[in-house]
Amino acid sequence: MAEKAWSFGRAFRNVFGGGSETITEDTWDDIETALISADFGPEITDAVLDVVRAEVDRHRVTDVADLKRILRETLEARLDAFDPTLRLSDRPAVILVVGVNGVGKTTTIGKLANYLTRFEKRIIVGAADTFRAAAVDQLATWADRAGVAIVKPQQQGQDPASVAFQTVQRAIDEQFDIAIIDTAGRLQTKGGLMDELGKIRRVIEKLAPVSEVLLVLDATTGQNGLAQAQAFIEHAGVTGLVLTKLDGSAKGGFVLAVQESTDLPIKLVGQGEAIGDLTGFTPHVFAAQLIG
Amino acid sequence: MATFGNLSTRLTDTFKNLRSKGKLSASDIDGTVREIRRALLEADVSLDVVKDFTAKIRERALGDEVNRALNPAQQVVQIVNEELVEVLGGDQRRLQFAKNPPTVIMLAGLQGAGKTTLAGKLAKWLKDQGHTPMLVACDLQRPNAVTQLGVVAEQAGVAIFAPEPGNGVGDPVKVAKNGVAEAKRTQHDFVIVDTAGRLGVDAELMKQASDIRKAIDPDEVLFVIDAMIGQDAVATAQAFQEGVDFTGVVLTKLDGDARGGAALSIRGVTGRPILFASTGEGLGDFEPFYPDRMASRILDLGDILTLIEQAQQAFDEEEAQKVAEKFAKDQFTLDDFLQQMQQLRGAGSIKKMMGMLPGMGKMKDQLENFDEREIVRTEAIIQSMTSDERTNPKILNGSRRLRIAKGSGMTVTDVNSLVQRFEQASKMMKTVARGGVPQIPGMGQMPGMGGHGGKKKQQQKGKGAKRSGNPAKRAQQEAGLSSQPAQGSGFGLGAAGGASAPSADELAQLQKMLGGGKR
Repeated sequence: MAEKAWSFGRAFRNVFGGGSETITEDTWDDIETALISADFGPEITDAVLDVVRAEVDRHRVTDVADLKRILRETLEARLDAFDPTLRLSDRPAVILVVGVNGVGKTTTIGKLANYLTRFEKRIIVGAADTFRAAAVDQLATWADRAGVAIVKPQQQGQDPASVAFQTVQRAIDEQFDIAIIDTAGRLQTKGGLMDELGKIRRVIEKLAPVSEVLLVLDATTGQNGLAQAQAFIEHAGVTGLVLTKLDGSAKGGFVLAVQESTDLPIKLVGQGEAIGDLTGFTPHVFAAQLIG
Repeated sequence: MATFGNLSTRLTDTFKNLRSKGKLSASDIDGTVREIRRALLEADVSLDVVKDFTAKIRERALGDEVNRALNPAQQVVQIVNEELVEVLGGDQRRLQFAKNPPTVIMLAGLQGAGKTTLAGKLAKWLKDQGHTPMLVACDLQRPNAVTQLGVVAEQAGVAIFAPEPGNGVGDPVKVAKNGVAEAKRTQHDFVIVDTAGRLGVDAELMKQASDIRKAIDPDEVLFVIDAMIGQDAVATAQAFQEGVDFTGVVLTKLDGDARGGAALSIRGVTGRPILFASTGEGLGDFEPFYPDRMASRILDLGDILTLIEQAQQAFDEEEAQKVAEKFAKDQFTLDDFLQQMQQLRGAGSIKKMMGMLPGMGKMKDQLENFDEREIVRTEAIIQSMTSDERTNPKILNGSRRLRIAKGSGMTVTDVNSLVQRFEQASKMMKTVARGGVPQIPGMGQMPGMGGHGGKKKQQQKGKGAKRSGNPAKRAQQEAGLSSQPAQGSGFGLGAAGGASAPSADELAQLQKMLGGGKR
């Protein structure tokens, strides 16, 4: 996350840099612009601004640098309200990965599998995206790179639930520690496809409880992210969020709204196309990157 | 689903306040402009574009034209509509064809925007028009993107040039160049070059994209962008404009419920036209982008033109003629009803069609709950009837209904409500076929369009045909009806009023659509 063409930090440096050190109406305008440009959305922006304004009034702050600190702390506190730990104590621990089209589910699984191998766990991935052309091959390539086992559908267009079932079955039979299941991307407005997710979950639960259902969200998404999260929670019982493509110029501010309205923590962050570009979510770093 | 759906809802609410007043004060306008600003921001329109947009609205709304207008609120709607159309692109541009084939089209965009899928859709679209497109696989980055393009090409039934296996192996610039040469040699008249997804901030990959552009000198460079994108749309679009200088934009995943403000932002910032809209996962879910329609969709006037076009494709002309005659002569039977329904299903998702109807933004939730399988059930009921019953539903007595219910696995109530719905539908269609204008749900009372059997009248007529004298049961039936698609006046929408009173033009369009059956 080094230098960007545009960065929140730079936008803020414009706010805070230069000769002006006292807080003026322009400062507030610039902060509002910066928050909205980072996709926080008008509602959260107003809420955050209210809190910061109250703080500034209470402490009679006049220096812009202090304002900046208050803003960062406010954001950090709001981001930090949830526990980002992955719960993988079941054996096998089943992770179901869901999301809309093109957010990076398959890539995230590749990276997650690789990340978990570092803890000397035996991992198996299930290619239950039987819909999109070549999705199975894409996952197979990632599985190969991460050096983990894979369960592929036996035929074209096989029921994804059956692939998921076979994956978990094999995980139990061969004593894998963790089974990660890829699903096809689906827009949250497609009722039938969302029901399919429910089915996949129910079928898996016949064999083993599902430890984590990770919803993958693309950082470039705007306010629609909220609608996505709500629909996926309802149909798949999401337990955590993964924010991908944070290596771009998008800030993904909408996740704050998602986190607050759904009580779901962001658990992982994806920052690139290489296999190592996946990290845990640290509110401090995230807030710092926003404010710069 | 109607794009910008939620934006429609917001603006509709805003204008509701306006509509109740005869005249606009400056503070009314300020309030409205604030609402529009917020609605646009929630729709992910970029802040700068929002500022420009609202400033223009405010200026024009305060101007003379509003005060002179008969109904100032309508005028504001008109202004917003006009400005939206202007920002969205004014007149629509078509794809540029090369003077000497092949026409080279290059696709570029972020990861996961839908480039590879779009390549297939575009190829199929061109093929359906009698062209011979060839796909060139230059996404050598993402694992198995080449395989995916191969599958897509096969589905679309077009040629593909993929000399490199991908997965990080091979030089995309070389592949692109050879691809165009290959297309010339094999006399394909279109070349679609799929490239790897890249971030606007990735200088190295942007350079590569720009190299590809230089190497093949494309006639069109299409920037593919996800309709769900947020404020970053502007930064990304600018980066791609600098990097590959795209000539047109394709908006994908418009079948979701994203408000799609990116469309406004990108137009506003780059000035490049949006050429296509991609609206689903099937290879056929692809259409030219119409700015004016999109704008009316934002204003909840419905996307009547697109609806007409889709309906025309789906309905066989001759068939329509026959049906219209039947309507007029009152010979419309359940068999025809069934056929109509099956044709409509052939047209694709009913939900999609419904979403384009005016005023539907308001009942998004009901639409969401509408189950497409309902149609299958209705089919089952009709198919459980004898042909006598289908031609003459009047003979359906209690025992026949029980038999039908058993045969179709439904309840007698379901059968009752279907028969009732059919009667209402045929009554409505009769009005249309005779040149009247029926009550369209959500449109409210249409000003200046007299001479149609209004809601009240129709319901009274309906009463005569109703089986149940028991008011409770009737209420139940009616409740069942309100969850049905727009058929007849039983549809519980009432005169909540369209988002805004439609202009004379739109009414003409609507009438054209409804009159379509007469041809």
